Amino acid sequence: ALEKGVWRFQVSAALREGHVSPRELCQRCLALIKSTRFLNAYISVAEETALKQAEESEKRYKRGQPLGILDGIPVAVKDNFNTAGIETTCASNMLKGYISPYNATVVQKLLDQGAVLLGKTNLDEFAMGSGSTDGVFGPVRNPWSYSRQYKEKSVPKSHSEDEESNWVITGGSSGGSAAAVSSFTCFAALGSDTGGSTRNPAAHCGVVGLKPTYGLISRHGLIPLVNSMDVPGILTRCVDDAAVVLGSLAGHDPKDSTTIQDNFKPFELPDSPDVSKLSIGIPKEYQAPGLSSEILALWSKAADLFKNAGAKVIEVSLPHTRYSIVCYHVLCTAEVASNMARFDGLEYGHRSEMNKSTESMYAATRREGFNDVVRGRILSGNYFLLKQNYENYFIKAQKVRRLIANDFLKVFGSGVDILLTPTTLSDAAPYMEFIKEDNRTRSAQDDILTQAANMAGLPAINVPTALSERGLPVGLQFIGRSFQEKQLLTVAKWFEKQVKFPMIQLEEGKWHNHDVFQHQKSASFS
Amino acid sequence: VGARGCGGVWRRAWQHGAGGPCPSSCGQRAATSNGRGGAVPVGKSGLAPWVPVVGLEIHAQISSNSKLFSGSQVQFAAPPNSLVSFFDASLPGTLPVLNRRCVEAAVMTGLALNCSINKKSLFDRKHYFYADLPAGYQITQQRVPIAVNGSLSYSLCTDNKMSQMVTKTVRIKQIQLEQDSGKSLHDDTRSQTLVDLNRAGVGLMEVVMEPDMCCGEEAAAAVRELQLILQTLGSSQAVMAEGQLRVDANVSVHHPGEPYGVRTEVKNINSIRFLAKAVDYEIQRQIEELENGGTILNETRAFDSKLGCTVPMRDKEGKQDYRFMPEPNLPPLILYDAKSLPANMNHQQVVNIDWIHERLPDLPSVKRAKLVDQYGILPEHSFTLLNEDGLTEFFENVVKQTQMKPKKVIGWILNILLSYLKQHSLTVKESPVSSVLMADLLNLVEKKEISSTAAKQVLAELWKGEGKTPLEIVKEKKLELIQDQKELEQICQAVIDGQENEVIMMVLG
Repeated sequence: ALEKGVWRFQVSAALREGHVSPRELCQRCLALIKSTRFLNAYISVAEETALKQAEESEKRYKRGQPLGILDGIPVAVKDNFNTAGIETTCASNMLKGYISPYNATVVQKLLDQGAVLLGKTNLDEFAMGSGSTDGVFGPVRNPWSYSRQYKEKSVPKSHSEDEESNWVITGGSSGGSAAAVSSFTCFAALGSDTGGSTRNPAAHCGVVGLKPTYGLISRHGLIPLVNSMDVPGILTRCVDDAAVVLGSLAGHDPKDSTTIQDNFKPFELPDSPDVSKLSIGIPKEYQAPGLSSEILALWSKAADLFKNAGAKVIEVSLPHTRYSIVCYHVLCTAEVASNMARFDGLEYGHRSEMNKSTESMYAATRREGFNDVVRGRILSGNYFLLKQNYENYFIKAQKVRRLIANDFLKVFGSGVDILLTPTTLSDAAPYMEFIKEDNRTRSAQDDILTQAANMAGLPAINVPTALSERGLPVGLQFIGRSFQEKQLLTVAKWFEKQVKFPMIQLEEGKWHNHDVFQHQKSASFS
Repeated sequence: VGARGCGGVWRRAWQHGAGGPCPSSCGQRAATSNGRGGAVPVGKSGLAPWVPVVGLEIHAQISSNSKLFSGSQVQFAAPPNSLVSFFDASLPGTLPVLNRRCVEAAVMTGLALNCSINKKSLFDRKHYFYADLPAGYQITQQRVPIAVNGSLSYSLCTDNKMSQMVTKTVRIKQIQLEQDSGKSLHDDTRSQTLVDLNRAGVGLMEVVMEPDMCCGEEAAAAVRELQLILQTLGSSQAVMAEGQLRVDANVSVHHPGEPYGVRTEVKNINSIRFLAKAVDYEIQRQIEELENGGTILNETRAFDSKLGCTVPMRDKEGKQDYRFMPEPNLPPLILYDAKSLPANMNHQQVVNIDWIHERLPDLPSVKRAKLVDQYGILPEHSFTLLNEDGLTEFFENVVKQTQMKPKKVIGWILNILLSYLKQHSLTVKESPVSSVLMADLLNLVEKKEISSTAAKQVLAELWKGEGKTPLEIVKEKKLELIQDQKELEQICQAVIDGQENEVIMMVLG
């Protein structure tokens, strides 16, 4: 296996040098998607259009005129981004079979730069969840469930039934994208991140998950969860790849009025980043109840790494962060209630057979189209928005949100450059265990370390750090200043180099087409 | 505050059944209904004075090539659903992008209505389920609208002869930008609803007038003045028949010194004439209801123009809670003035209030004052000139081409031309007599070649629009005034000669 260090869109060089053609690369990815169907990472696979795109890319390479580093790179997109001609379902009955007439800006940008879109990845219905277990197409399985590392440490080798019940979740809601990148079926994937939905599955699947600053990347075409917090997320196998994808997506979009007006200049990360002049903040509130001891230990080891490299490491306080989940609950459900109002069965999506009256048709359409989680959030959101409750809930939550954001401003104002925190409380839970709790309880627990960055709109990244005692990935999170992605990614890259996160060792047998897979591993992106 | 305007009139009308001085039309209408409503217990409560209170909410469609938040074209009577963008149909993932032209139109209107323009205004979502509201919410400005605290002065005549005008002022609470809805067409026979989204997302300015009016006539005059202002600015075409100007009236009545009564909202008013009727009917209805010991419900009523009355509207879903929420996809709308304009700002990106202010056209009130000043006509005549589309231009063109004094010209224009047009339901532009022909004719009068009476005869011919000039008609009909003394004497002599007996009788006395 190749060292992590040579992963950075290495495949791009291979394409340029003709070691592999875009078509071959695409075919291998498609084959791998087929052989990993059991992961349930993809909702739709756009085989035909992907091959067509790969052929176009091939022609460009042959002419010696590739569009850039992404040309010919197979990518996947979470199924809550609109893709013209490919179903966009949000893993909901409401949008099953819905084909959007337009591409989300981020999708268009990827295509414009020659990327090959393999398909749409699985998620929790309308991105509401933290397990990728609550979509109509069923749960996503974490590729690490089938890794040698996990099997050796966790799974009793005797019964295959046990194996079946021992697979772990990907986290969510962008679990399909995380699984797709982690299982080598694509080189980069788009997720979305509202409360941690990119970073959480990235942590559980051992990949890099970047949530950029709110307003840096267009949300046009992303089917919203919480408009004021949603950010398209980037999932890759290494930090350098994330920087490349970020560079290709960031910048003002006239179709999204909340994007920044300033020009964004794509950047490359230094090969030998220097962290010695940095001040790393360790927020004490992130030592949250339920944080596993091994993650706590890992976190403090990470802090030591920075200390040893000459960085200043200081404990900081973000006193209001502990209110972020309850605050999020109000703001999220309120926006959900509003955003979901458009799904009435008239213009698009599911429409119930019920035709007694327009109102009864609406009611039946929405009952049939949405799952319990979505309906529950709509109900509570509408409650919070009622005239009599608005001041007590929505306005208060907005004020708390401001306090949470101000905490970060204070800390960054005091000279801290980057915050270092865990991404999740523990490693990925087995599915059977995960579903014992309901979606709401799970989301409240799982977003606890990631949510505040969304409240404040700050950039944050999960960097895979080590394997847990059970042989599952554990990641740490870096949170940076607004629009300081370069600094954030530089630190992340330095850290990535230090920790040398192990590559997933997939069991043979489960992955039928082993040859394809081997090639895939060596051919990473950037 | 409550008894602004003509509150007392209603009492007088009620007491005496006769028109008071201000404005008599209200009084007369009240008197009529008093007479009609024979069952009203005048003895018990006939002396109780009532103060009607009328406020208006006016939706003016912004005159703009494209919609408020999308690039779709705006056009009246286009084929159904031919002007619908992805955003207008609320496709998932689409976002609103504010149309600069709509902002400028609202700023212009705000300035013309003496509002203070908010340099920072916000957008909100107002939620309700309706077939022609695809997103399930309307984007509006509930919390901080673009313009607030303005006023509108309007005039109305205090008698039917239009010889006495009073000027009144209504306060403008706010002007807010918001989206129009689509249209639902209910097909009852096949029990289906058809939805046309062409209008969905068109920019509206909602002008909220404080309840400073007290009768239909005032409401109508205020709306007419607003309509003229919007048309002068070009911020709205404001044609009520095409739905570009929609008026809802809030009406209540109370006794002086007491708090305002429960109000009703009257909708479905599609002309200014009907506005006056609807408001007066509703005032009268409420008074009668209360006089009869009934109560007024806080309800929405529709004006039935055929029956001339208001009827309760079927309430959509009982009491609505619109669950207002800030629109998260639009940043605050920031406007600049010369002082706050950042130096390095791209001018395409900003709306400068001062720049718009400097370029405001003459408003109707200024135009009227100029007409009075320049031509020496009466103020009430200037109102009539502006009220008829194109009449001012017609008048000024005639004045330019004739030696007749403007003061005399105006009489011809208003008394003869306009009443003819009205009789035949023609607009000024449709007049068969052009300003050139009119000027020719008036020149004949002015040069004493024909009498006024003859001129009217000539006009009667001109209306036929046969392409003859006034002079030709005069020749044809021999309508010239006789200028030759001898000829005149001869004619007189001939008349006298022919009537010998009568002459003798006269001489004898």
